[in-house]
Amino acid sequence: MTEAVLKVENLQTHFFTKAGVVKSVDDVSFEVGRGKIMGLVGESGSGKSVSGFSIMGLVDHPGRVVGGRILFHGRDLVGLPDEEMRKIRGRRIAMIFQDPMMTLNPVLRIDTQMIETIQAHEKVDRETARQRSRDALGQVGIPSPDERLMAYPHQFSGGMRQRVVIALALAVNPKLVIADEPTTALDVTIQAQILYQMQKLVAEQHMGLIWVTHDLSVVAGLADELCVMYAGRIVERGPVGRLIDAPIHPYTKGLIGSVPSRNPRGQPLTQIPGMAPTPIDLPAGCPFRPRCARASDICRTTPETAEHLPGRFARCFHPHLEDAA
Amino acid sequence: MSVFILRRLMQSLVLLCVMTIIVFAGVYAIGNPIDILISPDATQAEYDRAVRALGLDLPLWQQYLVFLSKLVQGDLGKSFVFNEPALTLVFSRLPATLELAFAAMLLSIVIGIPLGLWAGLRPDSVAGRSIMAGSIFGFSLPNFWQGLMLIMVFSVFLQWLPAGGRGPTANFLGINSSLFTAEGWQHLLLPALNLALFKMSLVIRLTRAGVRETLLLDYVKFARAKGLSSRRVIFVHVFKNILIPLVTVIGLELGSVIAFAVVTETIFAWPGIGKLIIDSIFVLDRPVIVAYLIVIVLMFITINLIVDILYSVLDPRVRLADMKS
Ligand SMILES: Nc1ncnc2c1ncn2[C@@H]1O[C@H](COP(=O)(O)OP(=O)(O)OP(=O)(O)O)[C@@H](O)[C@H]1O
Ligand code: SF4
Ligand SMILES: [Mg+2]
Repeated sequence: MTEAVLKVENLQTHFFTKAGVVKSVDDVSFEVGRGKIMGLVGESGSGKSVSGFSIMGLVDHPGRVVGGRILFHGRDLVGLPDEEMRKIRGRRIAMIFQDPMMTLNPVLRIDTQMIETIQAHEKVDRETARQRSRDALGQVGIPSPDERLMAYPHQFSGGMRQRVVIALALAVNPKLVIADEPTTALDVTIQAQILYQMQKLVAEQHMGLIWVTHDLSVVAGLADELCVMYAGRIVERGPVGRLIDAPIHPYTKGLIGSVPSRNPRGQPLTQIPGMAPTPIDLPAGCPFRPRCARASDICRTTPETAEHLPGRFARCFHPHLEDAA
Repeated sequence: MSVFILRRLMQSLVLLCVMTIIVFAGVYAIGNPIDILISPDATQAEYDRAVRALGLDLPLWQQYLVFLSKLVQGDLGKSFVFNEPALTLVFSRLPATLELAFAAMLLSIVIGIPLGLWAGLRPDSVAGRSIMAGSIFGFSLPNFWQGLMLIMVFSVFLQWLPAGGRGPTANFLGINSSLFTAEGWQHLLLPALNLALFKMSLVIRLTRAGVRETLLLDYVKFARAKGLSSRRVIFVHVFKNILIPLVTVIGLELGSVIAFAVVTETIFAWPGIGKLIIDSIFVLDRPVIVAYLIVIVLMFITINLIVDILYSVLDPRVRLADMKS
């Protein structure tokens, strides 16, 4: 990867709750290149959204980034003053949220919500901002954008709303987009349309895209690289094709085995035994140990990220290297 | 929009009819006004004549229709005490009460909303906690005691403000009000404050609860993710949403402030409608009581109508739902 838009190094984001410290993101590192799509996959609660919010500088109280660096074009975003961060948010790094029904303000018209975004970052007059908003709506495939600008969010379907949000995010030409499960709430055909559109926009505008999802089949055809998260850590990272064909971390292997379309007909789906751990009382050592068939005594210590094969990183003492090599 | 208003008007009319039946039943059908009007030692013939003259020998429904037709003509009888048309009497006292009520509502809004915003944005700060503690006082102090204390402190000890009565009035744009004289304001301040404290506490709590709730919503986080300044996020995205419940409650409370200004008017010797009704109840001056009730109900209905319209202006979802139905 030549030109990294974003480089996250050993990021740690913890929530200091009354019940204890929740290590939602714990020592996470990855890179996103220009015009590249990075898939961030993991079960619910594994820390995907918190990773995204950490990059945006929008971690909710009582959470805080406690360690690591977030290098955006080489500049560390951790600890940046509020006003500096505000200028980056929305302008350089945009984020698309999971639920399109909840992301737009119900009492403001679409044009208000788009124009304010453009005007927050650029000194342009209302009319120019409005025209750019209209163009952005057209770009994501919204019919009669002039009329739609005057509408309120509740007058759009879920899929249309998510397009509006995408248009909004892209109207200021960000260099990096974090899409936090943007299609989870939508049905399959609309999901496919939006995926296609995003892919096109990434290629056209040379931006980096982090696509967060818990659905492996969605990112399989979309991403260049995959990061698999488990209990606040990235357990495996690698190029998407090779990672899915031959996962080396036992958790990834379990995850792929449980996707119906990846299994030969007639074979039973495998299931990862046990429950996803709650981040508040993680087992010492490898967090996957209680559910792992390969676990041994050494797994009571924490495995570090290692490059087991060229370009293939994993946190595991006993990776599945047999069919990956 | 006009269909919406028309429908609300029709509803108001029905409500008004129902109300007249209740007033009629309550005041005319229960008890006999003859006993008060005629001297106890009148002959049976005199008694019968009086009954016929007042139409009390007619069946109840006919009496109601007579009452209604007179009502439509604006004739609610003459006050037994003042020997003036009851309606004129009520209207002559109304401006003083309206003035008091509006001043009280204004105070509770201009003080209550900023305090509520502050408490909602900084719930854990000393100021935030103090505001909430203060609002509990505002809720629980008995109105008359609080009024007496205000007089004690500001009139008796500090001698800043007069203890009672209405100041001189001045005419402005055809409205005669003490709001247009400096001395009038001095007289108004204490009673208005006394009447406002409860509503102010209500506004503070509502605003705070609204802010706390809205801040957690996705669209507020998204507004921040767009890089908007926190000023815009709070005063546009958050505030416009909490305005919806605020307008509803404030509107409804305005009615109750007018109707229940009685205690404050009595303590501060304010020559308003509340004082009139108390006096009239003591001497069973029925025409005045009826006129008062009708006027108050009309006012409630009007305020409700305005609130409904405002509500639909503020909340686009209501507007649409109404157009569909
Ligand atoms: N405000 C908070 N206070 C305490 N803990 C939190 C808070 N926000 C998130 N967490 C914790 O951080 C962990 C990671 O949450 P996150 O939202 O990143 O999960 P996710 O991977 O995005 O899951 P999902 O697929 O359900 O969106 C969760 O276990 C959650 O309990
Ligand atoms: S480190 Fe051990 S327990 Fe953890 S995934 Fe690898 S083999 Fe399993
Ligand atoms: Mg999430």
